[in-house]
Amino acid sequence: MTEPAAVTNPGPRPDDPLSPLGQKPRPAGARDRLRAASGRLRGGDLGLLPVLAGLVVIWVVMQILDPLFLSSANLTNLALESVPVGVIALGVVCVLLVGQIDLSVGSISGLGAAVLAVLFVDRGLPAWLAVAVALALAGLIGWLYAQVHNRIGVPSFVITLGGLLGFLGVQLWILGPKGSINLPFDSGLVTFAQLHFLPPWLAYTLVAAGAVVLYATGAARASERRRAGLAAASRRLLAGRSLALLAGLGAAVWYLNRDRGVGWMFVFFLALVLALHYVLSRTAFGKSMYAVGGNLEAARRAGVNVKAVLTTAFVLCATLACVGGVLSAARLAAANQSSGGGDVNLNAIAAAVIGGTSLFGGRGTAFAALLGVLVIQSISSGLTLLNLDSAYRFMVTGGVLLLAVSLDAVARRSRVSHGRA
Amino acid sequence: MPADSPPSPHEGPGGPLLSLRGISKSFGAVAALTDVDLDVAAGRVVALVGDNGAGKSTLVKILSGVHRPDAGTIGFGAETVAITSPATAQRLGIATVFQDLALCENLNVVENLFLGRELRGLRLDEVGMEVRSRALLGELSAKIPSVRVPVAALSGGQRQTVAIARTLLGDPKVIILDEPTAALGVAQTAEVLNLIERLRERGLGVLMVSHNMADVRAVADTVAVLRLGRNNGVLDAAGTTASQLVAAITGAADNVVSRRAGRDRATADGTESAYGAGAAQQGEAS
Ligand SMILES: Nc1ncnc2c1ncn2[C@@H]1O[C@H](COP(=O)(O)OP(=O)(O)OP(=O)(O)O)[C@@H](O)[C@H]1O
Ligand SMILES: [Mg+2]
Repeated sequence: MTEPAAVTNPGPRPDDPLSPLGQKPRPAGARDRLRAASGRLRGGDLGLLPVLAGLVVIWVVMQILDPLFLSSANLTNLALESVPVGVIALGVVCVLLVGQIDLSVGSISGLGAAVLAVLFVDRGLPAWLAVAVALALAGLIGWLYAQVHNRIGVPSFVITLGGLLGFLGVQLWILGPKGSINLPFDSGLVTFAQLHFLPPWLAYTLVAAGAVVLYATGAARASERRRAGLAAASRRLLAGRSLALLAGLGAAVWYLNRDRGVGWMFVFFLALVLALHYVLSRTAFGKSMYAVGGNLEAARRAGVNVKAVLTTAFVLCATLACVGGVLSAARLAAANQSSGGGDVNLNAIAAAVIGGTSLFGGRGTAFAALLGVLVIQSISSGLTLLNLDSAYRFMVTGGVLLLAVSLDAVARRSRVSHGRA
Repeated sequence: MPADSPPSPHEGPGGPLLSLRGISKSFGAVAALTDVDLDVAAGRVVALVGDNGAGKSTLVKILSGVHRPDAGTIGFGAETVAITSPATAQRLGIATVFQDLALCENLNVVENLFLGRELRGLRLDEVGMEVRSRALLGELSAKIPSVRVPVAALSGGQRQTVAIARTLLGDPKVIILDEPTAALGVAQTAEVLNLIERLRERGLGVLMVSHNMADVRAVADTVAVLRLGRNNGVLDAAGTTASQLVAAITGAADNVVSRRAGRDRATADGTESAYGAGAAQQGEAS
């Protein structure tokens, strides 16, 4: 009689080469990081690299075509111009992460602008209340999408395609026959979007504070990891990272300050990006968003409340779309029938995808929205400087979007073949 | 506990922890389970065996809240419970390793282990989670390059180890393993069997689905047989021969397994079968 499995415990051997879990962790230096990064790249985990490279290429090409492109004045403008679509793209990142899509962000942003204008201008409500009502309405729309998706199981692209048309209709209906409402130029909203820039000392202080916080949190984490016996980033690496941020942002602020400087609206956008980044990378909810986008059934079986996660993503997306719409109305000092129309919808989705958010779900970061929208807006701004009209803008943006989506698909294939799907 | 629920015939040291009565489940026209009873007592290991498609995984999914039963009651401890969702099962203390593992390939090992029960929700305790993960995987002799790699980069066996490690987090009362050793190497299989024995000593109830008769006989106290979605007997692991088991699983004493084993023995002329420990045992016993 064969004895079934002579059960002995060999135990983890620290000298076992196949058992690196038993190894004593070394501090991860810059070289290790670089090696890990290049491995990730070859494995199809492209991260933010393609979009950064794309941005550099676009800026160089545009600068060659028109020497005004990289001027302080144009970049100041570019930064402000990117905010409304960027905020919408931030919401698109949320729905894409959970493996869904919202094709109606443009209509929702237009509706938000219209609601704001009607309540604020026609009804005389205080601005904050008008904004709050618009945001609540948008949140409700996102919640409705989620209910239809969760309860009836309609794919989100169909639901939101319906919303695209339906809420455009509501927007036109709310605006009424005159079709356009101007916001007073002296209202806080408009001055926030058009005229308020950080005083230089504050901009520099914020940059310095950012660098200090980056170093402090990094060092705190590293020492906590070291205390626990885990591999941690070296002090030098952390300091280098912080200094790079300080130098990069410092130079950017200096350059923008040669013109009007850094707009408050752009700072607001950056704050939103950082807040979403924190939620996605440091909270349980963020992890559950990635999990739902990666493998919905596995997330469900792990006890994640999948419906709640999907609902939150839809609500976040619609609300951010409305914020984008409000900012865009403030920038234009008007809400009209074409608010949120035209290329807003596709630009926002394209920005998220160009920034590296996967259409297949479960991959992407908040920074995708920031970098993606800078790409889109740079193209748009450059072509406008060259006096090329929207015909060219649409074609070029379409081409870049196609490129980004192809890159996403190729990266996914490469991940599959490298076992990192 | 409702008075009408019959007493469990297999009370272990801690009484029946989990008792299923009359569980039925159909998928459209396919009756996956019909009127199935099952008991898992604290401190006992119950093996659930049966042919492919017998309904084992369906039963596991009902216990873990993935499927709702069409009929029947589930008793947990002293009360009747409705396991309506995986979260309910988790709250009750039922932890499951699924046959398809149910891991998120885009998340790394730590994130997968702690998915749905992260330490500190608003500012993840990443260090705490990583330390705990490494300890847990070390306990299972896991051969995993790094806990920071996405699960997509792991082999089938490594993933299975991660899925098993996940059940040990929290404070489960019942652990359900659906073919936990199917993809594991020799050392890891031994480790999992050791683990199951340790879990039993700690007073947990263990339900293990397996096709490996050697594993079943190594750790199980009782063996529950499913055949075509119905109960086909509960056997005492110690007092049952392999051929009795095979007969219960296939529904016939004369079956391909025993015939093949007999043929092997004839050709090998009494020497041990080359077809693996399971077949050899069955040959010896028949
Ligand atoms: N989601 C489903 N939809 C439809 N039919 C299903 C589903 N899940 C299982 N079945 C059917 O139920 C029956 C039992 O399946 P189950 O997965 O429980 O078998 P099993 O005993 O685990 O088999 P194996 O040993 O192959 O894992 C099979 O006939 C299967 O086709
Ligand atoms: Mg099965």
